[in-house]
Formats: sequence, structure tokens, C-alpha cells
Amino acid sequence: MFRNQYDTDVTTWSPAGRLFQVEYAMEAVKQGSAAIGLRSKTHVVLACVNKANSELSSHQKKIFKVDDHIGVAIAGLTADGRVLSRFMRSECINYNYTFESPLPVGRLVVQLADKAQVCTQRSWKRPYGVGLLVAGLDESGAHLYYNCPSGNYFEYQAFAIGSRSQAAKTYLERRFGNFNGSSREDLIKDALIATRETLQGEKLKSSICTVAVVGVGEPFHILDQDTVQQLIDAFEIVSEEEVPSAESQPPSEEDAGAGQAPPADQGAGADQGAVADQGAAPMDI
Amino acid sequence: MGSGADSERTLYPYVTGSSVVAIKYKDGILMAADMGGSYGSTLRYKSIERLKPIGKHTLLGASGEISDFQEILRFLDELILNDNMWDDGNSLGPKEVHNYLTRVMYNRRNKFNPLWNSLVIGGVKNGQKYLGMVNMIGINFNDNHVATGLGNHLARPILRDEWNENLTFEEGVKLLEKCMRVLLYRDRSAVNKIQIAKITEEGTTVFPPFSLKTYWEFSAFKNPAASAVGSW
Repeated sequence: MFRNQYDTDVTTWSPAGRLFQVEYAMEAVKQGSAAIGLRSKTHVVLACVNKANSELSSHQKKIFKVDDHIGVAIAGLTADGRVLSRFMRSECINYNYTFESPLPVGRLVVQLADKAQVCTQRSWKRPYGVGLLVAGLDESGAHLYYNCPSGNYFEYQAFAIGSRSQAAKTYLERRFGNFNGSSREDLIKDALIATRETLQGEKLKSSICTVAVVGVGEPFHILDQDTVQQLIDAFEIVSEEEVPSAESQPPSEEDAGAGQAPPADQGAGADQGAVADQGAAPMDI
Repeated sequence: MGSGADSERTLYPYVTGSSVVAIKYKDGILMAADMGGSYGSTLRYKSIERLKPIGKHTLLGASGEISDFQEILRFLDELILNDNMWDDGNSLGPKEVHNYLTRVMYNRRNKFNPLWNSLVIGGVKNGQKYLGMVNMIGINFNDNHVATGLGNHLARPILRDEWNENLTFEEGVKLLEKCMRVLLYRDRSAVNKIQIAKITEEGTTVFPPFSLKTYWEFSAFKNPAASAVGSW
């Protein structure tokens, strides 16, 4: 293990200006199985990979409904994620009681980030070991935020966290330019493809992923397993999968998926996207 | 509960304002109230403003205890300030303010320490007109026209007959003046110094106070006791 004299206490700086405990907490996010989020003007889609702890157990829930207009996908310590989503539910319901209107997503995210920040500045606490993708809809449209154990938060067009999320990010970076105008169905399709990128050649099945949607006229809900399977089949993701995996690429690197040849029918579009994206801002907020 | 706590409650109002009348019209909401403040039944104050803009989208009118209204304005100032401090493009609309005030009023009544007011909340946000009321015990509702106090008895029958959705500003003001004139004649605590305020998508305007033309020579006014047959 890496050890130095500055990594036992959250509140102690290293001479290089780092807080090791906070960085370790952010490392915990990378250990968790992947979670993906992407948004258009009107919809946000969350997807995640479900990993069972053992052959004998079922997997843990990684996507939570917070309110009709907000949901989260988590990566990292699931227990911390549950505590934070309970906090978020409580904030939403209190706001709704007082004002009879939904809590703006951006405000919930700031409250969540402030809560996480406190843990980085108290000697008797530890940072939360979980990253949250917060998807929501409010007056100002659809939003996707990433909340980090450090107390930082960012707004994204599309993002992925968790193990091998780099592969999904590479895919999303190629395509995000078109997301704003995407239909709900296209967003789900891209979410599923991005999810597949994190699987290292394992076959994408509805049993190992969860997909959730929130959008205009559509309260946040998790799609049921049959629907997801039908979507996977309809998009022919499975059949496309056979071709590149036959080349038996060694999935040793994190971004192995990105190196793979893009599926035939997306090749052209993706290439154009990549060219068009050059020089574009990393996120269009 | 100690006897000390008892004396800290509002048991009855001291300085009160009379009716507020408000209607929806073509472009938003119109509200009218006089500027009198009664100390019991003495007309003690003559220029109390009871129509106040709250944030960007809301107009609040109050009848009842003036000091409680001032306390409510302090709550709302803080609420709107905190809302603005987010600086994120979201803002509380009339519906949110109405619901907030409903919670405050009902909460205080449950502590047996009510804020002794009837509040009228009007506003426009995102093209939606909103008009509602809440009273000192937390009863709340929305309607196309509302009136507090004696206005509920004297003004609303007129509004039910004459109000329609497409009233212009001029027609709306005329209708409110008609209501206020009836109140001035028949409500002993009304005074002839009236404010009208409007709120539209463009914002809030509280117009300077004015007086209504009155005619007191009606025979019914001359000897009010003539038709009141009593036993003494």
C-alpha cells in the first residue's frame, strides 16, 4: 500500500497541497461498477452496470428515485449512496411541503455538495465514498450533475463514473454534440451502448444493467427489465457485439472499448462527430 | 404552559386594515385596498400601504392586524433574499409564495398564536395568472376574484355578476372602483383613500392613492334609522 505521513487525517494537508483522504474517497468511486448519464434538452437517461458480489447473491441497487423530477445513479460505496439519496428525498419533500413545487435540481446538488464538503473539513468525519450522477428536470430544463466526494460538483451533457468508465466517456465524447437534440429513444440507445463499452466484451443483457429516464411529461422511473431487454434487442446491440468481440482484443486497458472499431452503422456518424467536436467545449451548458 | 406564554399571544387585533379586493384581468391581476388603519373602531391611521410587491412575480394584499402584516413582510423579505442569493435563474412565483404563507398561517394558528390577517396573493409567472387567499386560520383557495373581510359580502356578489376573464385594465379598474365605492358607503372602517395595484408579466405597479367621488344625498343615507324599526 501507498503510505505517507499525511494520509491518516482528512484535514491534514500534504506539502504538495493535497488531501490524500479525499483523493482516496474519489478512488472509491472508480472502484464501483459503472454509472452513466446523458441528457437532451428534454430528457435525462441514467444507466448503470449491476455487479453481484457473489454467485449466490443478487446485485445492489444503484439507481434511486429521489422525487418525480429527480433521480440518482451512484458508483462507489452503495451504503453511502443510500444515505445521500435519503437526504435528497428528504430535501425534496420538505421543499414540496413548503412551496408545493419541485425543488430546482441545481439547488439540491449544491446542498448535496455542501454536505460532502463538510466531511472534508472535520477531523472526526470521513468523506463519502460515493459519486452521484444526479438527473433532473426543472423550470430551466433537463440537467445532469456529477457530485464528487470532495464536495465538488459539475454539470454535464453526458458523463460516466465507476470502473472502466473511461471507455464509456470516450464513446460519449465522440457523440455528445448531438445529444441536445436527441430523442428519448436515441438517448437510451446511447446509454446502452456506453454501458456496453464498460463491459470488457461481456455480453450486454438486461440482467446486468439498469436504465432510468426522466423527462418532460415523464416522471423519473426505472425501466423494467423486460423493456430494457427489448430495447437491447431492438437496437441490435447484441448482434453488433459479436463482430468486434470476435477479434478477441485483450481488454487489459481501461479504455479498451474505445479502441474497438465502432459498430458498422455508427461508424460514419461517429467519425463525423469526432471531427465536428474538435475545438468544441467539453460540455455545452 | 406558563401564564407568561399566554400573554405573548395575539388574542385580538389592535390596528386593523379593512377589505382587499382583487381580480384577474386580461393581462394579470388587479388589487385594491384603502389606506385606513383602525385602532378598534377609531380610524387612527390614514396612509397605511396594504398592497406590497413580493419578489418579481407576486403581489400581496393584507387586511387585519397591521403589525402582523409587517411581520409577514419581514418573513417574505428574508425568503425572497435567500431565493435571490442562489442566483441560479430559478425564482419563487405566486403559487410558491401562496403555499409558503399558507404554511406560516396554519402553523401559527396551530400554536394558538395566529397572525391576524387575511392575505390576498396575486401574480403572473410564465404567462400563468394566479390569484389566491389565505386567512388567519389557514383556509386557502384560488379564484378568479377574491375579497377579504366585508368585501367578501359586499364586493364579491358584484364581481360574480360583472367579472369576466377578458376585462381590460380600464374595465378592471372601473369594476374595482365600483366595489370600493360600495365598501366605502357601507363599511364603517373604510376610508376614502384608495390604492390600486396591478401585476403583469412586465412587473408590479402600485398606483398613487386617490379618492372616489361620492354622493351622500341619497334619502336612505339621510335618516339611516328611519326604516330600522326597533323596540325602543
